[in-house]
Amino acid sequence: MDAKAIHEALVAKFGERITGAGLEAASPFAVVAPDAIADVAAFCKADPALAFDNLMCLSGVDYPKEAPPRMEVVYHLYSYTHFHTFALKVHLPRENPAVPTVERTWGVANWHEREAWDLFGIAFTGHSDPRRILLPDDWEGHPLRKDWQDPDYYNGLHVKPTQQMMERALAGEAIGVGPFDFTPDNAHAVKP
Amino acid sequence: MTTPQLNEWDPEALDTDEMILQMGPQHPATHGVLRVELRTDGEIVKAARPHIGYLHRCFEKHSENVDYAGVMPYADRMDYCASMGNTLGFALAVEKLHAIQVSPYVDTLRVVMAELQRIASHAVAVGTYSMDIGAFTPFLHLLRDREKILDLFEWTCGARLLYNYNWVGGVSHDLPEGFIRATRDLLREFDSVTYPELLDLIIHNRIFVRRLSHVGVCSPELAISYDLTGPNLRGSGMARDLRKDSPYCGYENYAFDVCVGKGQYGPLGSCYDRNWVRVAEMQESSKILHQALDRLEKMEKADVHEKVPKRVKPPKGEVYVRSEAPRGQLGYYVVSDGNLSPYRVKVKSPCFTAMSVFHHLAKGMMIADIIALIGSFDIVLGEIDR
Repeated sequence: MDAKAIHEALVAKFGERITGAGLEAASPFAVVAPDAIADVAAFCKADPALAFDNLMCLSGVDYPKEAPPRMEVVYHLYSYTHFHTFALKVHLPRENPAVPTVERTWGVANWHEREAWDLFGIAFTGHSDPRRILLPDDWEGHPLRKDWQDPDYYNGLHVKPTQQMMERALAGEAIGVGPFDFTPDNAHAVKP
Repeated sequence: MTTPQLNEWDPEALDTDEMILQMGPQHPATHGVLRVELRTDGEIVKAARPHIGYLHRCFEKHSENVDYAGVMPYADRMDYCASMGNTLGFALAVEKLHAIQVSPYVDTLRVVMAELQRIASHAVAVGTYSMDIGAFTPFLHLLRDREKILDLFEWTCGARLLYNYNWVGGVSHDLPEGFIRATRDLLREFDSVTYPELLDLIIHNRIFVRRLSHVGVCSPELAISYDLTGPNLRGSGMARDLRKDSPYCGYENYAFDVCVGKGQYGPLGSCYDRNWVRVAEMQESSKILHQALDRLEKMEKADVHEKVPKRVKPPKGEVYVRSEAPRGQLGYYVVSDGNLSPYRVKVKSPCFTAMSVFHHLAKGMMIADIIALIGSFDIVLGEIDR
């Protein structure tokens, strides 16, 4: 099936819960209402004409400058039966984004969703194991958000040199900052 | 999202016979810095959970802060055993965004490099795997053969591991004089000596077969649900290969077979099948290479930088592009906002998804088989953690 037919099949089944589409894009997609994604996912897998048995990729994307600002979760699907691909998108608010999990449909979503939580702070309701995956458990914040600021401290260690430290280092003093050593030789390379 | 304590991992919740064993992060057989937490009852593994992230280097964050050409060296460093495949995937994705069509000559060069890399990568995979399960000699043999391929890479682009060879719109260097002959010599040796030797030494070795042919059996349904790809999926009996299913770089013009696990010594989808597929694929790669070299000999040389844009600045848009890297389908989701650096790059790493099925297969295994299972997925932690 081509993207248009897949989109039509989804609209025929879910009506207004399919809120938009980008069928001309290089990787065509449909936008799904957040509360419907689990149903749409299950349908995409179970329907014999669609048969999306494989979730290729699940990505979070942050769009703070769009109007209205939003987070996106993108599900790239593939069918080993029909060899067609399609993408589903969910638009979420940037404040406390949450979307139902699809791990009951595709097992691999478990780790992808943990990653999206870890790096974007997107919560997946109903997830069986909602822990961080790449970053340490005590990490604060979600670094792939566009408004991310590098922290000054990690676990009580100062990990970012202050202006004062930089000046002292440039003046010739060797200063240990957290796990790093700043010396006159390398101080210029590290922005305060 | 709160973080509830999972009961089965709570020391208080253990049976009196059970204990929690930490395998890794510094463990020689975990192929990198991987920690696996095992809940064991004697030698039996009741449950397992892998902890990844020890090698996280923020590839995706870095990519948002450098230009497209600057992403390439970072992409090299994800799967450091098969760098050619990583950069090829990213180059294909950006070329699709940018609507660049590279010349057939460049396509053929890319196929040559990708297939040489596949042989080298599978050599490491099978070699280290045999070492994992206690056979040291094949490792030395295979690393010796891989070394010859790395010499070819070094000759071409100056680097042995991290090549930065595939560029957006081209490749960094044309082939040096004599490369085709040298590669033919290497392939001749591979076909007549190395490959039969590899079969005798390890793949048809009775100890190897009996050690592995009943271990770590993964059904095709489980494999697809957890998005196992590449040799791991083919080991479960699914003849799915992107080079055949949705060809790129002109793979449709080459005659080769998709190697599928046969389960000739035990249930289909065992650790043995996954390794058998890798070894069989090395010979298929050799076939592709012979054809590609024939093609190069007949082809007129073209400028490999012809289509490389002065500034890589794709129009606004997004694309998801997959390619068949040695370890499976490597996917790049690239979002461009029309600027010089990508707005978002997400990598679907084949090793990441292979590791996510681990807890299913590990349940009920012996501890010693855990090592065999981890190795059979041929994971590279640099790619899992990115």
